[in-house]
Amino acid sequence: MELSLSKEDAAFRDEVRTFIAENYPPEMRVPNPETDLTKEQMLLWHRILHRRGWIAPLWPKEYGGPGWSITQRFVFEQETSRAGTLPPLAFSVTMVGPVIYTFGNDAQKRKFLPRILSGEDWWCQGYSEPGSGSDLASVRTKALRDGDHYIVNGHKTWTTLAQHADWIFCLVRTDPAAKPQAGISFLLIDMKSPGVTVRPIITIDGAHEVNDVFLEDVRVPAENLIGEENKGWTYAKFLLGNERTSMAGIGRSTRYLDRLKRIVKSDIPEDDPSFGEFTRDIARVELDLIALEATELRVVAQMARGIDPGAAASLFKIRGTEIFQRITELTHQANGNYGLAIREHPVSANHFMPGPDYGHTASEKYLNSRKLSIYGGSNEIQRNIIAKAVLGL
Amino acid sequence: MDIQLTEEQELLRGSLQRLLRDQYDFDARRKIVATDEGFSRKHWNAFAELGLCAAPFQESSGGLGGGPLATMIVMQEFGRNLVVEPFFETVVLAGGLIEDAGTPAQCEAYLPPIMGGESIWALAWAEARSRYDFSNVDTTARRQGESYVLSGTKAAVIGAPWADKLIVSARTSGGPRDRSGVSLFVVDRHSPNLHLQGFRTIDGRRAAEMTLMNVQVLAEQLLGAEGEGVAVLEACRDRAIAALCAEAVGAMTELNSSTLEYSRTRKQFGVALGTFQVLQHRMVDMFIALEEAISFTHHLNLSLAAREPHGSKLASGAKTKVGYAARFIAEQAVQLHGGMGMSDELNVGHYFKRIASINTQYGDPTYHLMRYAQA
Repeated sequence: MELSLSKEDAAFRDEVRTFIAENYPPEMRVPNPETDLTKEQMLLWHRILHRRGWIAPLWPKEYGGPGWSITQRFVFEQETSRAGTLPPLAFSVTMVGPVIYTFGNDAQKRKFLPRILSGEDWWCQGYSEPGSGSDLASVRTKALRDGDHYIVNGHKTWTTLAQHADWIFCLVRTDPAAKPQAGISFLLIDMKSPGVTVRPIITIDGAHEVNDVFLEDVRVPAENLIGEENKGWTYAKFLLGNERTSMAGIGRSTRYLDRLKRIVKSDIPEDDPSFGEFTRDIARVELDLIALEATELRVVAQMARGIDPGAAASLFKIRGTEIFQRITELTHQANGNYGLAIREHPVSANHFMPGPDYGHTASEKYLNSRKLSIYGGSNEIQRNIIAKAVLGL
Repeated sequence: MDIQLTEEQELLRGSLQRLLRDQYDFDARRKIVATDEGFSRKHWNAFAELGLCAAPFQESSGGLGGGPLATMIVMQEFGRNLVVEPFFETVVLAGGLIEDAGTPAQCEAYLPPIMGGESIWALAWAEARSRYDFSNVDTTARRQGESYVLSGTKAAVIGAPWADKLIVSARTSGGPRDRSGVSLFVVDRHSPNLHLQGFRTIDGRRAAEMTLMNVQVLAEQLLGAEGEGVAVLEACRDRAIAALCAEAVGAMTELNSSTLEYSRTRKQFGVALGTFQVLQHRMVDMFIALEEAISFTHHLNLSLAAREPHGSKLASGAKTKVGYAARFIAEQAVQLHGGMGMSDELNVGHYFKRIASINTQYGDPTYHLMRYAQA
């Protein structure tokens, strides 16, 4: 399914397509790019996009963005995800970058933005805390002003790829007396500061993606405060809006669905009792995907005409994650007896993994994708948002 | 259809529950899974001393005569505690096959060490392309004088790295996927020319790909009539399904109670999670799914115990119904635990993985749905 593109946009699409084909690093084509690459390998594509000037589609031109239209941004997103490229680190480029250029001061912009673009600084997100879940305003990490510093104490959790991070952007409580949303500030903390400790959390797929981050008497220069003290919730919500726009994941689901079809075709004989049911299940999820893709294209076309997408991000998040979860579940099932096996992490060539190559990540993907309906605001929360914002309930 | 356990069965359950509570909590289990061997001989011996390994066998075979209901009781408790020791593989699969199809001499030779916990078995029926079809066998067994010579590759043999003995299906006649011509053999795990390549399973067990290159077995190691192995395996699968359903019910019971407990204590937006109606209804559906699964599991085990006709169709029905229910409960338990449900440190994810594995073993819910429809 394609957006109807102008001649210029179609030429742009071809340019992007060719650029990916000619420049995507082959060493990043591993069975599971999200878990199998080193930090340096993950940054290869980031640096290539940076050199081309394409690393930050969302950013205004004055800060280093490419100055694309909404349609061009969408085409770029579509082409890169269809090609299965590893997206540049969202915490840096999509999340903290826009907060800094929108709410930060000039010194902060000069200090941080170029290093985000170049990949020199790796950022992680200090939002979640133990017990906070989707209720982010319940922040308990405290920041006390002490001269020209804040003293920060607290515990952040589910911090993705904090093990690689140079910086963490944190929600901290600066006014314990205020209402939950009112006493929060947005603080940038150097991960090398004394008192910052990262502890791995291993997830049910065996991978080390997320971490606990402990902050004990961490001295943070007051110049690292974004915007005004106690206004952090405004910036946090702005950032979350960016987080949720890209969760439809059409490109990824399309690739995984194609692979599922290939597995079923090669592994399940037509007279197998479940062949027909697989065919129907695949058709059902493909129809769901087409409906979501059509919805996305409709919203993009409306946005290009200046219409506010409203709570579309929540719809994309709900259906995008449900569809991908279903595809990983069916793929796990399609692997039959080999669905019993799972790769050991960290991945090493010495570990034996049975069955055909295309099935080697089926188990871990099925397990890992359970997180999708939980993080970034659980799907229950997204439904609440639609109920309130769209239906007026 | 409520099952009133006999005094003997209550005793079995009570003593097993005590043993598991004292020696097999989640931490103990984690340590066992992390050992080189991957299971605990000490606990295995304790299970045998409790009489578990003898419980289901007929008294005429030297067992305690508990039948499918004894297996159900044991598997349910094992499911609640995520026990990895190979009771299912040794007692339910191999023991059941030997008792069902073995000659008196074979029963006499093989069953006492199984009942005593002295020998561990595994069943090698699957192959790389067989999926869940017992007749899809490429491994061959050629008759050579007083022996058979086995060659081929068996896939995803759970517990093979732990086993002393294996039951292997191989083709003695007929073409690929012919129903007749598949035979079962007892094979020593340490036979010359038999090679294992071990791997970990999704639920913390050990399995292996198994290559046989001209492995010689004596004719007396043929289990059941030559060429009639598929029917024997199908009956074995019915018993396996009854046991796996009971294990799933045990796991689901624990998931439901931890989710309920969590929803009462965990606060979000200033109130307990359990006060949100959408989550209340979700947990009601989880409760209903478990009740149905318990009932279906009882129904199947009683039918198998009474040797009622259509037991095999009912087994497929149970594998479907319980399988879907278990998956629903597992997915929702993770969802309602939020990030904690994704963490390897909490037991919830491990129940999820055991259920994913149960839903793969001996046919997934969809496979059995279609088998039920076509039977």
